[in-house]
Amino acid sequence: MIEDRSLLLSLLQDIQEKKGYLPEEELIETSKRLGVPLIDLYSVATFYKSFSLRPKGKHRITVCLGTACHVRGGVRIADEIGRRLGIKPGETTPDRNFSLEVVNCLGCCAIGPIMVIDGKYYGGVTTTKAVSTLKQWGK
Amino acid sequence: MKTMIGEEETEKIRTSGELEIFRMRLVDSASSRTPRIVISSGTCGQARGSTEVVESFQRAIKKHDLQNKIATRVSGCGGFCETEPNAVIYPEGVFYQKLSPDDAEEIISETVLNGRIVDRLLYVDPNTGQKFVHESEIPFYKKQMRLLLASNLLIEPTSIQDYLSIGGYRTFFKVLRDLTPEQVIEEIKRSGLRGRGGAGFPTGMKWDLCRRARDSIKYVICNADEGDPGAYMDRSLLEGNPHSVIEGMMIGAYAIGASEGFIYVRSEYPLAVKHSKIAIEDARKHGLLGEDIAASGFRFDIRIAIGAGAFVCGEETALIASIEGKRGTPRQRPPFPVEKGLWGRPTNINNVETWANVPLILARGADWYSKIGTERSKGTKIFSLVGKIKNTGLCEVPMGTTLREMIYDIGGGVPDGKKFKAVQIGGPSGGCIPSELLDLPIDYESLTGAGSIMGSGGIIVLDEKTCVVDLVLYYISFLEDESCGKCVSCREGLHRMREILVDISEGRGKAEDIKVLEEVATVVKDASFCGLGQTAPNPVVSTLRYFRDEYLAHIRDRKCPAKVCRALIQYSIVEGNCTGCGACRNICPQKAISGEPKQIHLIDPALCIKCGVCLDTCKFDAIEVS
Amino acid sequence: MVKLRINGLDVEADSGQTLLEVARFMGIEIPALCFHEGLSPWGGCRLCLVEISEGNRDRLVTSCTYPVQEGLEVKTHSERVIRTRKVIVELLLSSCPSSKTIQDLAAKLGVQKVRFTIEHDDCIYCGLCVRMCSEQMNAKAIGFVNRGGKTKIATAFDRKSDDCRRCGACMYICPACQLRCQGPEPPQVVCGGCLSLEPTCLDFYPDLMCFMGTKGECGTCIREEPRKKV
Repeated sequence: MIEDRSLLLSLLQDIQEKKGYLPEEELIETSKRLGVPLIDLYSVATFYKSFSLRPKGKHRITVCLGTACHVRGGVRIADEIGRRLGIKPGETTPDRNFSLEVVNCLGCCAIGPIMVIDGKYYGGVTTTKAVSTLKQWGK
Repeated sequence: MKTMIGEEETEKIRTSGELEIFRMRLVDSASSRTPRIVISSGTCGQARGSTEVVESFQRAIKKHDLQNKIATRVSGCGGFCETEPNAVIYPEGVFYQKLSPDDAEEIISETVLNGRIVDRLLYVDPNTGQKFVHESEIPFYKKQMRLLLASNLLIEPTSIQDYLSIGGYRTFFKVLRDLTPEQVIEEIKRSGLRGRGGAGFPTGMKWDLCRRARDSIKYVICNADEGDPGAYMDRSLLEGNPHSVIEGMMIGAYAIGASEGFIYVRSEYPLAVKHSKIAIEDARKHGLLGEDIAASGFRFDIRIAIGAGAFVCGEETALIASIEGKRGTPRQRPPFPVEKGLWGRPTNINNVETWANVPLILARGADWYSKIGTERSKGTKIFSLVGKIKNTGLCEVPMGTTLREMIYDIGGGVPDGKKFKAVQIGGPSGGCIPSELLDLPIDYESLTGAGSIMGSGGIIVLDEKTCVVDLVLYYISFLEDESCGKCVSCREGLHRMREILVDISEGRGKAEDIKVLEEVATVVKDASFCGLGQTAPNPVVSTLRYFRDEYLAHIRDRKCPAKVCRALIQYSIVEGNCTGCGACRNICPQKAISGEPKQIHLIDPALCIKCGVCLDTCKFDAIEVS
Repeated sequence: MVKLRINGLDVEADSGQTLLEVARFMGIEIPALCFHEGLSPWGGCRLCLVEISEGNRDRLVTSCTYPVQEGLEVKTHSERVIRTRKVIVELLLSSCPSSKTIQDLAAKLGVQKVRFTIEHDDCIYCGLCVRMCSEQMNAKAIGFVNRGGKTKIATAFDRKSDDCRRCGACMYICPACQLRCQGPEPPQVVCGGCLSLEPTCLDFYPDLMCFMGTKGECGTCIREEPRKKV
């Protein structure tokens, strides 16, 4: 039983990093190991956006919807990508190839709208560019 | 002190004398006269390909056998984001913008080898058309007072040697040797430094309160959560000069009596996390963090805590809850974090920029610092100038600079010939300032008086094509999502405000909607527990104050003057311009456009979802939004 | 002992007491849905707000969590407090119209209409059930999940919890479940039918006129000013 839960967030972050999401079995296992009630882990995991309880796709697409990007048309890009992939933000394609996420600000406001695929940043994106970039990644 | 920094042997620096010897040795090898090419390579720069540019420079240098004559240096964000990837050739100070990897060869052979300027790569003022050769002449830089940002271009952020060579940690040693903790606090108080995270609380007073709290364990925390969309100065500072923040925290810890510190960085800033980790490691290796620092008995170390995607965790008590492994629900104050914070211990939390100001103040003195700025807002502030503006980037100016100077003199004004409409300052907690107030001096009090707040310093410029209702809807949706969910006023209030705004933006607004909006806004402000809820209504309230007509147009006339709200606009083909190329027809996801090749096309309004792809695709200006 | 002023009256309290405790002890009626004496205070429903003065700043704080302080000036029924309370109840009612507790509260405060679309959340996220399960029953089977507008209270993974002992304490303590009613139909969401059993209408009529069926028809509970005696 740990007296402070300061490790909790970093533990969850480690699992998220390694597995790409927080598998139920891992949460149950962590709960037993730390002596922390399962609902507490689940409660913390669902509070923070960077944790996912469902597996992500092979390729992760993140569209920035910060104010600067929004004002420059970021929503249309997120919508268009979602439309082409047939999923909504937060979801993964049925073939598990792509996941789409929207994030509240990547801090690259000067070159917005921004799209990140698997850690590669694309700036100054338009709907047309987004579509052609998707084609490059196989969709 | 014996040996140079090698891979295995790192001598700890124990006195300021040793520090000086160390520094002198470094300076010899890295003076400002040393030829070098500095490429800005923060996250933005990298997104635009600065890494490839660096590599191509390195290849060109090798090709011309100049390895002993000139080197590339990769700095953090320089702030002039619009021109990135950019490079400055020292010692001449020639500035080249918007580089691609192919340009490196030309720059080496022309400028470095033959002293000739490559004209096409020079910075051009977007308004006057004038070209500038030297970095120091460019108006964007000239009009700023880059006390903090200038250092970003002088160092490689992953190199502690660079930081030491520009005088880094000298101030810390001076403080340790010459000043008592109380004297340090007195100096910070006299400087007038106020928290740069948004609230503007006097830093000296905060430190004093924390110092007075009786406890054997105290903490200092650097708040690098920077949740405001559109603000990225903290990212720049932490990515580009992490040691300046660490040095500030060390001085603060000494003054307050803390032995442990945290840098809480949001997970969306992976480069800042990486550079902070490297900086902490290097500082430890040199004996600047850890036990018995400088043989003085002072012990202090820093850990990194990574955020997990929650805007509310920028709030002090929610941040603390997050480090404690809990949901980021804010806690009641009193007791304040300086009395009972992290794990119930006295905790001093300051923003990245606040910490970065500390070594500056202690080095040059409170008297010098307090001469900058206005009566009640001292020093400089870094602002991010984004949105509909020509010179997008970070600018550091003394407090009291007017909005007009920021937007027009430094920012270059609004691009594409559009009209300025307003600035949104302070993120989702701030308000809109219209053109009538452009001569407002930027300081804490003036902004609050105008219905906005300083916030972390994000300035989003809006033009006539920005719909105020749409923008406010964006902010309220953001806040509803980011709210921790505890208070009925915040959770339900924002939910209902959003509903009303959706109705207005989709043409279902009713006459009494504005009244209800204002009434709920007052309650959300008055009845919410923390800063998120208390400032959430600001965008709505300020836009109703300055742009009421736009709301009324949506409600009464079912029109969106800026042509943004999808339910109120229509896409159609301009017959005079359409060439029948079919590009729009091919790309339309709803197959809403029909037409034969070389014939004027038609958009079916029943199928059109106004996604805007056709508008982006058409090369003939034949798509109109009305 | 701590000296403070509540509604203009000088009061002495033990340090460590909350404003709510002291006010209730004085007989002042302050509604507080998420508060329960046996559980830790939460301060989420915002109904127990009172107005305090600190220097030249007045602000609203939850009396259930705010500790007494020397020299504090407290107003429990200022115009700002009442105005705020009414909107809070209106917000609660719009998401939980079938709760008699909230309906009665609305009637008492004079909330006569709900201007928002009705959603049958049937939960006000006061967290009493969570605290009950954790602090009194030591089971820790349920908790807050998600955040912001998507907040809900549930078990881990929305499944039957091994920690849950089926004690029913959560249902017992819930203000929304406690006293359920059929709930009035929109658009007339505000009822007050139950409270009409209070003798207000006896001022004007020879016997109690209403029990939900004819509510509002006499006009006693939903009117601007009292009608003259018949």
